[in-house]
Amino acid sequence: MSALLKLDGVHTHIGSYHILHGVDFEVPLGQVTMLLGRNGAGKTTTLRTIMGLWAASAGTVSFDGAPIHRRQTPDIAQLGIAYVPESMGIFGDLTVRENLLLAARGARRIDDIDTQRLDWIFGLFPALKKFWLYPAGKLSGGQKQMLAIARAIVEPRRLLLIDEPSKGLAPAIVGNLIAALRELKATQTTVLLVEQNFAMARALGDTVAVMDDGRVVHRGAMAELVENEQLQQRLLGLSLGAHQ
Amino acid sequence: MSSAAIPKASFDWLPLALVPLLALLALPLIGSPSTWLTLTIAGLAMGMIVFVTASGLTLVFGLMDVLNFGHGVFIAFGAYVATTVFAGMADWTSVDSLLRNLVAVFAAMAAAMALAGAIGWAFERVMVRPVYGQHLKQILITMGGMIIGEELIKVIWGPEQRPLALPEALRGSILIGDAAIGKYRVLAVAIGAFVLAAMLHVLVRTKIGLLVRAGVQDREMVEALGYRIRRLFVGVFVVGSALAGLGGVMWGLFQQNVIPQLGAQVNVLIFIVIIIGGLGSTLGCFVGALLVGLLVNYTGFIAPVFTAFASIALMVAVLLWRPQGLYPVANR
Repeated sequence: MSALLKLDGVHTHIGSYHILHGVDFEVPLGQVTMLLGRNGAGKTTTLRTIMGLWAASAGTVSFDGAPIHRRQTPDIAQLGIAYVPESMGIFGDLTVRENLLLAARGARRIDDIDTQRLDWIFGLFPALKKFWLYPAGKLSGGQKQMLAIARAIVEPRRLLLIDEPSKGLAPAIVGNLIAALRELKATQTTVLLVEQNFAMARALGDTVAVMDDGRVVHRGAMAELVENEQLQQRLLGLSLGAHQ
Repeated sequence: MSSAAIPKASFDWLPLALVPLLALLALPLIGSPSTWLTLTIAGLAMGMIVFVTASGLTLVFGLMDVLNFGHGVFIAFGAYVATTVFAGMADWTSVDSLLRNLVAVFAAMAAAMALAGAIGWAFERVMVRPVYGQHLKQILITMGGMIIGEELIKVIWGPEQRPLALPEALRGSILIGDAAIGKYRVLAVAIGAFVLAAMLHVLVRTKIGLLVRAGVQDREMVEALGYRIRRLFVGVFVVGSALAGLGGVMWGLFQQNVIPQLGAQVNVLIFIVIIIGGLGSTLGCFVGALLVGLLVNYTGFIAPVFTAFASIALMVAVLLWRPQGLYPVANR
């Protein structure tokens, strides 16, 4: 399977802090790659560096074979990379409809969005249809997360970067989210998903990269990690231990 | 899509209701209904002018977190351009013909907007761009820009006060019962209403407006969606400067004279208005401007010694009630 996204020795500094220390991993085309690790391991910084929101101080980020680490964020997004930040990035004063219209770069008005695609999104996230003209800021946490993901897929994108979608959500909502992301996965969409929820990672991931202290400490198939309890213990034990 | 299934989103009417509430509260204090009507129209006219001048500033702050203390210089340039246009169109302003007078006024407004917009473009490139994200430097450099602008005005038009007389047909008042409604004030309210309608149309009905509203809330996310917010910001800065130029013409005609320090004088008022409204909020700016306009006019009649204090007192009261302003912008 060819790599759609490749990080090679990526370092990122934020002010005087050295956050990423040579991150290497690949995101294969048409697969869901999980990026796991404890808080502060550098997962969010990795996604932000890919999007150009923080500049890589060394190393390369390649998308479809071309370097993108010196490009501006809008240029990176225009390559077909959609980003769902940990904060969800919802425009609270805008309605659900306006949030989706904004994400559809090719649409000047809502009628310009492919109706079939919109129906598919409503099938994935029925609450968005119900609250169509509602200010997004008034949605529940789970509904906001659904809107954030819907925004990323309102037009076909080549790669989705999703940062901890299950964070702060009730288990039932996480279950719905997993079902929706599974359906998305069935369309062969390439996804790089940051998660701390191992159940979600197990349910969705094809490949996995585990980070610790700004480095990738493990790469491989998700199935291998799921089946190998010793490896799980070592990697996830490391993660759990860091929380204590 | 069926609207029956859609829950109703509630609009916060309370700040908007303050405008008629303030007007109604003033009525028994003023006593005479005709005087009250005259003062109310004058207050609304002043509010509309302040809104036109301040609307660009609130968007610039909301969109790019830029504290532009030089905004007043665009107002002053606009007012001075009007004096030049009026001097060149003396035949059009001195004749008692509403049509010819309006042509002169609109020509002055178009020229003022064009020049203020051009100065705004240069101001953003030379002064604002190097200090993005640095509030203290923004304050210092934009205040410096204001001083340079004032000195340029003195060089071009001279340091003395210049008259900006109303065109012949816009002088005097229309009598409604015992109430005298200044003709120019009616025009100012009409222009302000037109600008508000145009702004709301662009902000609510167009994709550009959607981008501006989203950028005010979370500019990083707008960039992550693939839009170049810097270009949008330059556009908003130029339009905001042009609106300040328009406001300068309206303010100059309201005062019927202009001085090089006009921008600095109005700056204080418009900062009060955008703070009252909620930084970055267009609707808040509108409501804040109307409240300030009405309160200043009512106070000027009821207790003139407190006029200068009225707008500051209003700001303090609003911030005690709503610390983020009347219409806080989400995510800020």
